Amino acid sequence: MSEEIEFDTAGITKKFMYVNRKAPYGTIYALEVLEAVLISAAFEQHAAIVFIDDGVYQIKKGQDTAAINMKNFSKTYGIIEMEKEDADEDEDMDMVWRIIVEKESMEARGLSADDFVVDVEVLPSAELAKVMAEQDVVISG
Amino acid sequence: MIHTINKSPFERNSLDSCLRLSEKGSPILLLEDGVYAATKGTSVSGTVGTATGEHPMFVMGPDLQARGIAEDQVMDGITVVDYGGFVDLVVEHGTVQSWL
Amino acid sequence: MKFGILVNEGPFTHQASDSAYQFVKAAIEKGHQVMRVFFYYDGVNNANKLSAPQSDDRNLVKMWGDLAKEHNLDLVVCIAAALRRGIVEDNLAEGFRISGLGQLTEVGIAADRLVVFGD
Repeated sequence: MSEEIEFDTAGITKKFMYVNRKAPYGTIYALEVLEAVLISAAFEQHAAIVFIDDGVYQIKKGQDTAAINMKNFSKTYGIIEMEKEDADEDEDMDMVWRIIVEKESMEARGLSADDFVVDVEVLPSAELAKVMAEQDVVISG
Repeated sequence: MIHTINKSPFERNSLDSCLRLSEKGSPILLLEDGVYAATKGTSVSGTVGTATGEHPMFVMGPDLQARGIAEDQVMDGITVVDYGGFVDLVVEHGTVQSWL
Repeated sequence: MKFGILVNEGPFTHQASDSAYQFVKAAIEKGHQVMRVFFYYDGVNNANKLSAPQSDDRNLVKMWGDLAKEHNLDLVVCIAAALRRGIVEDNLAEGFRISGLGQLTEVGIAADRLVVFGD
C-alpha cells in the first residue's frame, strides 16, 4: 500500500460545478458523477449540479429499473437535495448548493420543472453560461 | 474560462451545447474527434465560421495530423496549437469546461 | 502553476488518457507542477498491470508509471470505481495508488486548474 498523500485545503472554499449531459442507464456516467457530488459535501465546498442536454433525463420522475435489473439511482438525488437544504439552513456554514436545469434542454425534450424528482432552478442558457463562467472547478462526466 | 470539445460535430451535440452555453469572448479548443469541426467546407462550417467571430478558436495540431487533415484545410480564424499551447491556454484563461 | 488532472476513460477505447498524458508531459516541460492525476470511471483501467498491449502499440499503463517515477507524480485510482472494475492492490501497476474519491475534491481545491479528460 502506497503512502497516502493529502493536501492542506483548510479554509479554502471554491465553486465546483458538476455537469451532467448524459442520460442514465445507457452509460454509467450519471451514477459516478453523483458519488463525486456527495463526497464534495464533506469538504464544505460550493456546488452547482447542472443538468444539460440528455442529462435532464437523469432526474425524470417515475424511473423504475426493475425490469432491466439495474440500480435506480434517481432516488440518490433526494440526498443531494437534503444536503442542499442543510447548507441553506446552516448559517455558520459557508456552502451554497444549487441544482440547475437548462431551460432549452428541458423544453427540447418536452419536459417541465414538474417532471423532476427534485426541486430545480430552471435557467435559460444565457444565464447558465454566466453561472458556468464564475466556477473555479468544472467536473464533467 | 476555456471550453474544450473532443467530439465530432457530426456525431454529438457538444459543439452546439458549448456555443449555447459559453460567453462571448471565451476561447474554445477543439481536440481529439472535435478537430473535424475545424475543417473547411463541411455542413457545420457556417456555425463554426460564426463562432470564430465570437470566440478565439483553437485546434490541436497533433490531432489534425493524426486524422489526415492538413493545416491548409483548417478554416480561417482557427489557430493550430500543440500540447504546450493547450497548457498555455489553460494557464491564461482559467477554469476549464470540458464538453465531454 | 499547479494542475490537477482527471482521467475518465481507460487506455484502449478512448483517446482521453493519451490526451491527458500528453498534456501532463507538456505542463511539466513548461515548469508547471502536476499535483495529482486522478483516475475515475473506466479511467481506473489505466492502472491495471495485467493489461498487455501488442508490442507495436504504446503501453499507457507503463508510460503513466514511468512518468510518475521520473517526476514524482501522484497517480490516484478511485477505490469505488476500481473495485467495480476489478482493480485491486494485487494488479495495481507501479506508480499508482488506490484512494478515495475525496482525493479528487481535494486536488480540485488545492490546484489552480483541474483539467478533465474523458468521453
